[in-house]
Amino acid sequence: MEYFVQQLINGITLGSIYGLIAIGYTMVYGIVGMINFAHGDIFMVGAFLALIAFLVLVALGISTVPLALFIVLLVSMALTALYGWTVERIAYRPLRHSFRLAPLISAIGMSIVLQNYVQVAQGARVKPLPPLVHGGYTLFEGNDFAVRLSNIQIIIIITTIALMTGFSFLVARTRLGRNMRACEQDLKMAALVGIDVDRTISLTFVIGAALASVAGLMFLLYYGVVDFFIGFLAGVKAFTAAVLGGIGSLPGAMIGGILIGLIETMWSAYFSIEYKDVAAFAILIIVLIFLPTGLLGRPEVEKV
Amino acid sequence: MPREGEPDKPSDFLTAVKEAAIAALVAFGLFVLLIGIRTDQGPTGALVFTTRFGALAAIVAGVFVATLLRALFWRRLTLSFGQIAPASVKNAVARLTNYAAAAFLVFALVVPIIFYGNRYLLDLGILIVTYTMLGFGLNIVVGLAGLLDLGYVAFYAVGAYSYALIAQYFGLSFWICLPLAGILAAFAGILLGFPVLRLRGDYLAIVTLGFGEIIRLILLNWQSLTGGPNGIPGIPRPSFFGLPFNNSEHGFAATFGLTYSPTHRIVFLYYIILALALLTNWVTLRLRRLPIGRAWEALREDEIACRALGVNTTTTKLTAFAMGAMFGGFAGAFFATRQGFISPESFTFTESALVLAIVVLGGMGSQLGVAVAATVMLGGFELFREFDQYRMLVFGAAMVAIVIYRPRGLVATRTPSVLLGKIKDIPAPIVRDARTETPA
Repeated sequence: MEYFVQQLINGITLGSIYGLIAIGYTMVYGIVGMINFAHGDIFMVGAFLALIAFLVLVALGISTVPLALFIVLLVSMALTALYGWTVERIAYRPLRHSFRLAPLISAIGMSIVLQNYVQVAQGARVKPLPPLVHGGYTLFEGNDFAVRLSNIQIIIIITTIALMTGFSFLVARTRLGRNMRACEQDLKMAALVGIDVDRTISLTFVIGAALASVAGLMFLLYYGVVDFFIGFLAGVKAFTAAVLGGIGSLPGAMIGGILIGLIETMWSAYFSIEYKDVAAFAILIIVLIFLPTGLLGRPEVEKV
Repeated sequence: MPREGEPDKPSDFLTAVKEAAIAALVAFGLFVLLIGIRTDQGPTGALVFTTRFGALAAIVAGVFVATLLRALFWRRLTLSFGQIAPASVKNAVARLTNYAAAAFLVFALVVPIIFYGNRYLLDLGILIVTYTMLGFGLNIVVGLAGLLDLGYVAFYAVGAYSYALIAQYFGLSFWICLPLAGILAAFAGILLGFPVLRLRGDYLAIVTLGFGEIIRLILLNWQSLTGGPNGIPGIPRPSFFGLPFNNSEHGFAATFGLTYSPTHRIVFLYYIILALALLTNWVTLRLRRLPIGRAWEALREDEIACRALGVNTTTTKLTAFAMGAMFGGFAGAFFATRQGFISPESFTFTESALVLAIVVLGGMGSQLGVAVAATVMLGGFELFREFDQYRMLVFGAAMVAIVIYRPRGLVATRTPSVLLGKIKDIPAPIVRDARTETPA
């Protein structure tokens, strides 16, 4: 029982990270109708930017952890958002009216570019970061197993909740959110009623990238190592999360993320750690067979 | 839309400078941390960083100049070949492309004769033809049936491991294992086909990607059967009608009274894979004329219309998957016998992406295009071998650039499978895919 509760906490932490990445997939898919294959690599770039920003801050003499983390968060969000914007501008916007597979192929190319760019610029070896946030609480103790909730897990979960709340507000209440929802329903019609479609799509990518960079920072804090290849698996799992929750649905992405995190953690804890990625992929396939629209997705009507 | 024919206004230069300045600013933001600062593990194991502001400044300046030049001169460069070339030149080019396929084939046939002494080029030739064959196989799935498969490497892996394991456990020869590997890979294709039949394009892509990864992870972790990350060594080489390529009395060289040379085996391997690739090509061309091939092409254009006309989409998709997978399996078995050693490392997503890039950049559905793209890409890879770490970077960038500037591929002339009357010359801008429309 104690073991299970511990895995539950670990799973929700991991799931929060997946959920934040999944939002980027689900928003872009909802509006442009394409899988932004490079999004996982944007997450990786965010993690690297956070790592480097942190090293620079320490060299500049800012070593109060909360302040440093806050500055790192802002810097990494801003610069990763710039990456998201650039990728959309270079690789996707010229293909807006091309044949259906074109943006996906361009996205695969962009993903290869980002991965190898980081590898060339920063080297292929893993980058370790000493743990910054220490401590935690022992929730309760069983026979010989103590359930612990570490401070870093608290930070991750609270940040995720805060970002999700802010983001839901943005989509539901602001002008930009209304434009995004309009574009999601019908791009052409949105353009006809005076919405700047290009700008809305750009901002969607910017926001998605910013959220992914937060996920990158949290990944860095939680695991303490990053390398140029983390984006691929995290990206595929986050996409699985988006599909599981119902692509196009924001709460769905979050729920899907937490479910994937839980499944992965539980699978490693109770079955085999080697096949945990197989479990994630198998779930993706099973979900698509039995629930093609996901948990919260709307059924898609194909029109001729 | 480019404003063609408009006279250049004096303010154009200022606009261009402004645009370039913005681009340089964006570049600065992008590269300031990742290029400007390099992190490495110091002697204590903790990360230390060094600054590279020179490189950063050079890149930002480069972006500024490039954007400026592009803004000033691009419009004049975008006049395409079709707009400036006179009709007679165009006709001559069109006639030449008719012979291109034949010339390419003849060249492929004589490669071992021309480059007999050059082992390096022969190996490169084998590699190129292997990828051409993989491209032909994937072309059936992607180019003809329009099903985007990001996990094609899975079938390649199934073929390779089928041959390696059958040869290891049952001692069967390459020529018996080759069809078996194809059949097993085709079954893997059907296995994958079943769950994905109901999915639309993008979902299908991700599921096939997942399938490819599942296969790789199983190969990596099922240590008792596949040897895990250590792979399978000592895979037997193919023989020429029972004659092995070695320096023995019963070897190929001794039987034909030749001096033994290891190049014989390389040339033999080259012709095996060339024959397999040509077989794939021939089967594809024949299949396109059969009802099943036409059903594939119809399915690619419009699935709903297909169903309305009574095409069984389930079996149509399944056969496409099985066909493509079977040829992937053949290529895999060949890969295993050529390398003599296989491990899961050879079957990563990068391979799938490379084969897909060959198909797409070659012009989906065009057989000649696939061969040209495979030659250009793998040849390019070899040219840049010295810049090893930049190769994949350039590859990715080329993929993006080609899909943007030549969305129909390098060789966009695809001969139609079925002709009604004469071919009419329709200018490319008028021709639009049925799928161009953004989804409602």
